[in-house]
Amino acid sequence: MESNIAGIILDVTEDGYLNDLSQWNKEIAKEIAKEEGVELQDKHWEVITWLQEQVKKEVTLSVRGIKKSGVVDIKEFYTLFPGGPLKKATRIAGVPKPKSCI
Amino acid sequence: MSQSKVKKMLFILSKATIENVYAAFIMANGARMEGIDAEVFFTFFGLEAIQTKKLKKLRVATVGNPAMHMPTMVGGLPGMEAFATMMMKKEMDKLDMPPVDEFLEILSASGVKLWACKLAVDMFHLEEKDLIEDLDGILTIGDFYSRADVEGTQIIFI
Repeated sequence: MESNIAGIILDVTEDGYLNDLSQWNKEIAKEIAKEEGVELQDKHWEVITWLQEQVKKEVTLSVRGIKKSGVVDIKEFYTLFPGGPLKKATRIAGVPKPKSCI
Repeated sequence: MSQSKVKKMLFILSKATIENVYAAFIMANGARMEGIDAEVFFTFFGLEAIQTKKLKKLRVATVGNPAMHMPTMVGGLPGMEAFATMMMKKEMDKLDMPPVDEFLEILSASGVKLWACKLAVDMFHLEEKDLIEDLDGILTIGDFYSRADVEGTQIIFI
């Protein structure tokens, strides 16, 4: 599926996740964040960068992984991305929607 | 994607076998991950999962569990439960499933409310000091029902 975000035509999934992380940039992240009702602050960017690194390392994302990340704790993670944090954060970070149940 | 009509999940956990405890925990955590509120009410044997001295020693049931594909007599042999539990924990670890104590921490940090059943606490002669620190309180079942305060609340008995 194609979607126009921040003036760029992007390849996205049905749920609105980028299919290609190389198309991602900060402007796109801000646009998606707006759709998700999140205003990006420094801490959000730290989490986003961390998520992208994990995906590049092919680590399966989970809430337990967040706990061990050293970047953010679970409580803060839920505060930063309220209402489905991992789903929202990964979408903003331009990485695939996590398939893990934990 | 369409928005779920489920807004709040209330779980009543009455058993202490690992498979039941994890079912409740995974569903509660999964709800929070989807932006759905979740609370767990621990009653009867479910209380073992929030007793600091017992929660690390929960086991799989090898007797009376046809899905173990093990004759009941064999399942009853000494050490069988411990062995089956060890095997299951190994598999769970492979999937990065946290142990019970860490899972409770995760649930609490994720905003899952954890409640102990007043009647069961009294029946087993427990006190607050026997229970985990993250516990949100001791409630009667009536109090717990009153937590079903939004449209789209579901109550599940495990």
